[in-house]
Amino acid sequence: MLTPPPGRRAVVIAGVRTPFAKAGTVLRDASAADLARHCTRELLYRTELPGSEVDEVIYGQVVPSPLLPNVAREVSLLPQLPRTVPAYTLNRACASGAQAICNAADQIMAGHADVILAGGVETLSDVPILHTRKFSQVLVSASKAKSLSERLGLFAQVRPRDLVPVSPAIAEPSTGESMGQSAEKMAKENHISRLAQDEYALMSHQRAAAATADGRLLAEITPWFGGRGMDQVIQTDNTIRADTTLDALGKLRPVFDRKYGTVTAGNASPLTDGAATTLLMSEERARAMGYRPLTAIRSYAVAAVDPGWQLLMGPAYAVPLALRRAGIGWGHLGLVEIHEAFASQVLSNVQAWGSADWSARLGLPSVTGEVDWDRTNVLGGSIALGHPFAATGARLVTTLSNEMVRRDVQFGLISICAQGGMGFAVVLERVA
Amino acid sequence: MSAFTLERRGGVTLVTFDLPNESVNTISKAVGWELEEVLTRLASDEPTKAIVLRSGKPDSFIAGADIDEFVQLRTVEEAVRLSRDGQLLMQRAADSTKPIVVAIHGACLGGGLELALACHYRVATDHPKTQLGLPETQLGLIPGAGGSNRLPRLVGVRAAFDIILAGKSVRGRKALQIGLIDELVPEAILLETAIAAAERLARGGSRSKRRGGLSGALLDGTPLGRMVVYSKAREQVTKKTGGNYPAPLRAIDVVRTSMEDGMTKGIEAEAQAFGELAMTDVSRRLVEIFFATTALKKDDGVPEGMGRAVPVRRIGIIGSGFMGAGIAGTAVMTAQVEARMKDADLVRVGKGLKAATDLLGVRLKRKQITRYEYERQRALLSGTGDFSGFAGAQVVIEAVFEDLAVKRQVVAELEAHLPATTIIATNTSTIPIHDIAMGARNPERILGMHFFSPVEKMPLLEVIPTSSTSADAIVTAVQFGRRIGKTVIVVADSPGFWVNRILLPYLNEAGFLLEEGVPIEMIDSVMTAWGFPVGPVTLLDEVGLDVGEKAGKGMHAAFGDRLTPSRVISVMRADDRLGRKNSRGFYFYKDGHKTGADGSVFQLLGVRPQGEVDRQLVEERLVYAMLNEAAMAMGEGVVRTPRDADVGAIFGIGYPPFRGGPLRTLDAIGAGEAVAKLERLEASHGPRFHPAPVLEEMARTGGRWYPADGGR
Repeated sequence: MLTPPPGRRAVVIAGVRTPFAKAGTVLRDASAADLARHCTRELLYRTELPGSEVDEVIYGQVVPSPLLPNVAREVSLLPQLPRTVPAYTLNRACASGAQAICNAADQIMAGHADVILAGGVETLSDVPILHTRKFSQVLVSASKAKSLSERLGLFAQVRPRDLVPVSPAIAEPSTGESMGQSAEKMAKENHISRLAQDEYALMSHQRAAAATADGRLLAEITPWFGGRGMDQVIQTDNTIRADTTLDALGKLRPVFDRKYGTVTAGNASPLTDGAATTLLMSEERARAMGYRPLTAIRSYAVAAVDPGWQLLMGPAYAVPLALRRAGIGWGHLGLVEIHEAFASQVLSNVQAWGSADWSARLGLPSVTGEVDWDRTNVLGGSIALGHPFAATGARLVTTLSNEMVRRDVQFGLISICAQGGMGFAVVLERVA
Repeated sequence: MSAFTLERRGGVTLVTFDLPNESVNTISKAVGWELEEVLTRLASDEPTKAIVLRSGKPDSFIAGADIDEFVQLRTVEEAVRLSRDGQLLMQRAADSTKPIVVAIHGACLGGGLELALACHYRVATDHPKTQLGLPETQLGLIPGAGGSNRLPRLVGVRAAFDIILAGKSVRGRKALQIGLIDELVPEAILLETAIAAAERLARGGSRSKRRGGLSGALLDGTPLGRMVVYSKAREQVTKKTGGNYPAPLRAIDVVRTSMEDGMTKGIEAEAQAFGELAMTDVSRRLVEIFFATTALKKDDGVPEGMGRAVPVRRIGIIGSGFMGAGIAGTAVMTAQVEARMKDADLVRVGKGLKAATDLLGVRLKRKQITRYEYERQRALLSGTGDFSGFAGAQVVIEAVFEDLAVKRQVVAELEAHLPATTIIATNTSTIPIHDIAMGARNPERILGMHFFSPVEKMPLLEVIPTSSTSADAIVTAVQFGRRIGKTVIVVADSPGFWVNRILLPYLNEAGFLLEEGVPIEMIDSVMTAWGFPVGPVTLLDEVGLDVGEKAGKGMHAAFGDRLTPSRVISVMRADDRLGRKNSRGFYFYKDGHKTGADGSVFQLLGVRPQGEVDRQLVEERLVYAMLNEAAMAMGEGVVRTPRDADVGAIFGIGYPPFRGGPLRTLDAIGAGEAVAKLERLEASHGPRFHPAPVLEEMARTGGRWYPADGGR
């Protein structure tokens, strides 16, 4: 376990996120910068943090617009901050938000920074649509052409099929397998039934609805003023289906394998727009400024598996590694947050952590732990709340930190599966 | 110490104008002599082949002529001579055999631009602070140092009129477009570009040629076309000024003489017009207002040396309605402060944010700000349903519903959420500030800031301290008000403060006239002819009859029978007429535009509109209602000085600037005459016209509001 020098522990002060919205709905006109700036600014106001205190902004974004390659700098150029705050954007796929927070923690523990804004944003309403390679080449050559005839000659090579736009699919570049196909594969290989998946999705929605109704989730969300008149006030996640039933979920057709499949739109996380920012400080700076930290970053770990195997099984390795680095066992955990890309993925991860067979298969010395659902995803998860890729990690850190304070829990765990067979785990510790 | 320093750069001599002990350069007689001397010296200085003239002041070239010299003029002849001296100085520059290039960065106004026009080549920076203009008509004058002759020759008659007639200034890009300058460059290369141009001209190189287009050539380039331009300009000016401002019309005449009869005649006409205009009352009044507003800019509203302003970086606004949003948008775009709006209802917050953002959008559309500035300013605006972010504000302005209980509640909540030092300003037009502050824990940080609607357009702000308000709070509010572009007067915490105090009896009198059946448009036209931008009945529609009713009741309660409200307002309210806001008022409205007077108002009142009306009497009743109330309020000490009172009336309600404000008007009439008139009105129209005691006193003692020698 890494023990930071006195006062250098990286602590979580607060987090704020936008409402999460299904792609193409209420946030579709917002750019990634709009969303990221909106929740970050609100975080500054809620914490009354003077902008001059901020040392750096670290942000995650998985599908950036080519016109806005470094969204973090757009955030650090908020007029509430000095123009001199450096910023970078990173991509650890669906764990990007968590990676941004852990990078911040590293910087703080190393003594390079005291105050960092870290988070993530995704606008899947605004993914880049590309030209074909052929047409791009023609355009590039044409821009260098010296005469009109040369230019016309270049465009003459273009065929109609070259003009069909290319939109990026959520597929593994290494295997060509889509995320949904991977989830389908895991459901089959790990024998996760359709019913088990639907039951899981139902729990996610019910818990998210309850946590919205009792205000726990609302406390983390800053309203978004949408519409042309800015009078459409969005305060809640429009992904949650409070009234769904097992029956309704059971009626949905499988998407990725129509004949034998079990993965549906109902038991998978939707494409989502949203942003989340977390404020991290060194413990000594937090104390000096009179802040009461929620939690500290105790440890984190990242692992990767062969994407051609079970793509979303990274957490099976990352979680035990993070626990070992934290110097604690599964039994110490008072709360667990598992990112829900797919119900089949969550249940596969849970299976892997809890079974001796699996541990042997994975080459782990012992079983990681048995999930207790009363202490896991207690406010629902990504299936209900949505999954704006890079924002999810920051949402989880904020949500878990707040809930750890509410329940006065000593240790909490976050587990995130990510594209490329990666898994990411973070252990949070309650700060007295 | 000399105002000019010389430095040789190869064949070019660099002349730097830097007036000692002044923040900006102005052209006085002494400066003129010095400049002539410099030009004479350089004329015979063999190594000097060309000259570059620049300013040594940061972000300012030459702000104009020295107005202090100007106000000492006593006769037309003196004023003509001053103009002639200026013309000769400029001619001297124009006649220089060595080309003179001016390097312009910052304000280049009045005499400064006239000098630049007389030189041979103009390079200016693209900086927003670089403004070129001839504001003389704003002082009731015309450009009198050759500018009225040279500008139309350089840029054409139409473009010259655009600049001269309204006294407006243009930025560098526009100046290049119309050919006012030859080159537009970033500040960093201003000097080297000017020197390069000077070297080029010294070698006999030519100037760039102005572009005009076909319609330009037809209108500006032919005598017939110019005739059209002259008559069009005259028509527009007459419509705009109502014939109350002679300067723009004289400017048209001078330009016409210059262009049609030649520059020699034009120069003569220019000096003569300048001299005559300088001695008009209109010019005197406008110059006085200029000095008054300049002096106000240095007046923090407390005795010198008292109070320290808190630097404002963030303001909180309670209430995101029309007023709150206007304040937020204005603050963001003028002072670049953070503005955070709170309202109980988030939909209202959103609408407020939209309204404030739209103000920025207008600036973007007009290219007054760049897309980047727009985005940055937009991010300074935020909204919330709670008090988050308010603790970090230096000033919180409440702009909630005009209701004492609500406002007290807001103050109590603010005190619970804010540090004890945050200044709490209440934006009210009718409720006494001390009533709102009553029971507050820290009354010393509470004061009134009375904004006028629409905030982004109305230039006045009344700051109203109570007897408990600290000097720090006053200074902070005054300086912040100035930072967001307002002319600020500090007034007493008395019902109606200053502006509404004098406005209400005037509007009320309009109500009485309506009750008597005086036609709506007649009342308004009498007052617009007198010089108000709109008449009192139109103003009632604009303000809103609900607001008027509330204000009227408050004033009646405070001042008794003298201000008994006309029954017109309650009659209109009973018919659900609110004025423009619900498109039902004294006028008809179509798509938000006023169309014509609504005659059915008289049916509601049960009177028959009068055919024959004594316009003179209508004018007297309206004007004296306001003048008498102004005297009354002055007698009570509502305003600190006649200066503040007059500036407040001009900027707050559009009192005709050429009349100098109500107290200047009273001085012009004379207290004795005013009292006599009021007594006659009292006899014929009732005790509300009983002369203010202070006026009666002045009438007895021969007193005035301002010293008789035209002092300020």
